[in-house]
Amino acid sequence: MNPSPAPVPVSLYKKRQKIHPREIAGRFQNWRWVFVFLTQAVFYGLPWLQWATEVGSRQAVLFDLEARRFYLLGMVFYPQDFIYLTALLVVCAYALFLFTAVAGRLWCGYACPQTVYTSIFLWVEQKIDGSKIQRERLDKAPWTWDKLWRRVSKHSAWLAIALVTGFTFVGYFTPIRSLAAEVLSASLGPWQTFWIFFYALATWGNAGFLREQVCKYMCPYARFQSAMFDRDTLIIGYDRERGEPRGPRGRGDDLKAKNLGQCIDCGLCVQVCPTGIDIRNGLQYECIGCAACIDACDQVMDKLNYPRGLVRYDTENGIEQHLDRKTEFLRVLRPRVWVYTAVMWLIIAAVGVSLWMRPPLRFDVLRDRGALARWNEDGQLENVYRVQLMNLVERPQTYRIRVESTELPGVSLGTPAEVTVGPIEARWVPVSIHLPADQAPPKDGAHAVRFVVERLARGSDAVHEIAESSTFVVPR
Amino acid sequence: MSDFFSSGWSWYIAAVTIAGLGFCLWLLLASSKTTTMSDDGTTGHVWDEDLREMNNPLPRWWLGLFIITVVFAAIYLTFYPGLGAREGTLKWSQEGQLQAEQAAAQAKVAPLYAKYTAMAAEDLATQPEAMAIGQRLFLNNCAQCHGSDAKGSKGFPNLTDGDWLWGGAFDAIKHSITQGREGNMPPMAAAVGGSEDLRNVAHYVLSLSDSAHDSLRAQLGKPKFAACAACHGSKGEGNTALGAPRLNDKVWLHGWGETAIVTMIQNGKHNVMPAQNQLLTPEQIHVLAGYVWSLSNGKPAVVAAK
Repeated sequence: MNPSPAPVPVSLYKKRQKIHPREIAGRFQNWRWVFVFLTQAVFYGLPWLQWATEVGSRQAVLFDLEARRFYLLGMVFYPQDFIYLTALLVVCAYALFLFTAVAGRLWCGYACPQTVYTSIFLWVEQKIDGSKIQRERLDKAPWTWDKLWRRVSKHSAWLAIALVTGFTFVGYFTPIRSLAAEVLSASLGPWQTFWIFFYALATWGNAGFLREQVCKYMCPYARFQSAMFDRDTLIIGYDRERGEPRGPRGRGDDLKAKNLGQCIDCGLCVQVCPTGIDIRNGLQYECIGCAACIDACDQVMDKLNYPRGLVRYDTENGIEQHLDRKTEFLRVLRPRVWVYTAVMWLIIAAVGVSLWMRPPLRFDVLRDRGALARWNEDGQLENVYRVQLMNLVERPQTYRIRVESTELPGVSLGTPAEVTVGPIEARWVPVSIHLPADQAPPKDGAHAVRFVVERLARGSDAVHEIAESSTFVVPR
Repeated sequence: MSDFFSSGWSWYIAAVTIAGLGFCLWLLLASSKTTTMSDDGTTGHVWDEDLREMNNPLPRWWLGLFIITVVFAAIYLTFYPGLGAREGTLKWSQEGQLQAEQAAAQAKVAPLYAKYTAMAAEDLATQPEAMAIGQRLFLNNCAQCHGSDAKGSKGFPNLTDGDWLWGGAFDAIKHSITQGREGNMPPMAAAVGGSEDLRNVAHYVLSLSDSAHDSLRAQLGKPKFAACAACHGSKGEGNTALGAPRLNDKVWLHGWGETAIVTMIQNGKHNVMPAQNQLLTPEQIHVLAGYVWSLSNGKPAVVAAK
């Protein structure tokens, strides 16, 4: 550290240097393409799956915001099931913590949409504009017909991918098959049009232009990863001891005599880096863990007949203390990893049990507020309620309502007890409860009653009962 | 704007808003200039012996985003209210938006009601979907007084028993919902006579429906009932033109028995059903009236599953 730095004019802003990562092939690049195909097959394919129900088939995964019904394969969720979304997000967060604590930014490097779409867009760019050097030269070149058609075709291809992505995204919220028909007949609604184009624009902008800037300036994850990293976390590291001093050498040079390490300072690791850093400077917040530099360095090591792994997946302790893989593996099992794993599986188990025990119906009882109680023509005391029945399954169901009370054993239902409710329908049913006058208790006021709704057996649906408590008012 | 007692406040707020925007713009432009710092990537300040602040420059286009927010604010304030009491060129208001949304919602449901508007009550009652709409309208707008099962309670008429204050014909029901009803019985004690006369009339009234009564008192009360007959009819058959209840049935809207009847004669009654024409459209009232009509005219079409 320089105690008296020389003053120079600097700015709080700087012009962005466009990064053209050099094309690379290798083990980890292959893994990235595996994840690109996997994630995109799921993203583009899922909305086209249909799910057969008793009342016809529907889209298997559909989040119908307008009707507030969220279809997930055989299940239908309601806004009341928000807790499951919370649980899902908590599980995702813990999975992220766990993977990061064990092996660094795996998500960023292989599965994050920002990485995935950038990979796809870069592939298109390479096909049209050529290699890193050709792309850099084209950027500087004056506008010619050649540059024009390359630019036009590149952006057309990008926009095509972006529009399909936007269309698919909207297809999760509005049935994609009818959406496709509307697109073909140019009869899209205004909001569908807006979101398709908005999401397409975001894809085009993020993957085509912003690229590594999203990771460097916008993504909060890069900023708090240091809280999840420790010295036993697998990161992409440069073996300084083995590589330094770096420098060019001729074939068969004696490294000891020339005082050289194994790094030939070819700079390939910098050229392939999508965020433009030099991994040899150590762990940096810009590093998204894509391992392109490992692939690049391994190629060079192979050519020189040096062992691979000058740049490799390793832990900070591993590089410094020369730990073998077995010791490193044992160090994976440290308290934070146990805690993340335990909490994650605990929540997954809780969600699983909760889904397994999820009732096929929901109901609510609301007392009529206008009149607490009344005497009917038969001289019985009568209270009126509104029962909201929600059929949570995609089959018509018949429910039998009954009322029980230990305080008022004589209560009975004054309205028809059986109600048939359509698939995933919610219905208000007015219900009255009777109490013969001679059974009215000496004490007036509110008395506890219990409503029980029983789902009658039908086909494969077994009998299921749930209860809600309410009160029966005896007037003065 | 009526919220301010002096238009000076409006000018004050407008001035603060514009000065604030100007300050933001100045701050952005001033900070975008180069300043002198140290050459090691820090600001050059050293605290507590060795703490330094890194300079981590944002991309330059980011500055553009900041400036766009200021431009956006200026455009927004041109079109929308925000500069003091200024309305904005679009004349947008919350009330206006609410009305537009309500109009849009009405237009959306209009075709739903269109096929029912020409139907008679008898036909409406056979339409499960119309009855489902009617029931929802009833639960949202009528059940507060008449009860979820429409059977009312003391003071609030039962709509399912075929006994009507203002007539049970479809058009009469529609009129009751649209315009509301106001039933007024003046205090009649003076016209009937003394307290004994009141009790006698009460027993006569009870006798009309063959309810438990003292027949001697009923005989004595019969001539005094003339004062009541003007509205309630000579045999207590009621008058739907006036909203005068039938007294010769066992429906006792405001309570049964001698005491309740005497109190009614002494105090009279002013009972109001509010008009719904401000809350519901004529089409909605048509379907709702069909539902109410069906409650006392045979079994309504079961609100079946879709």
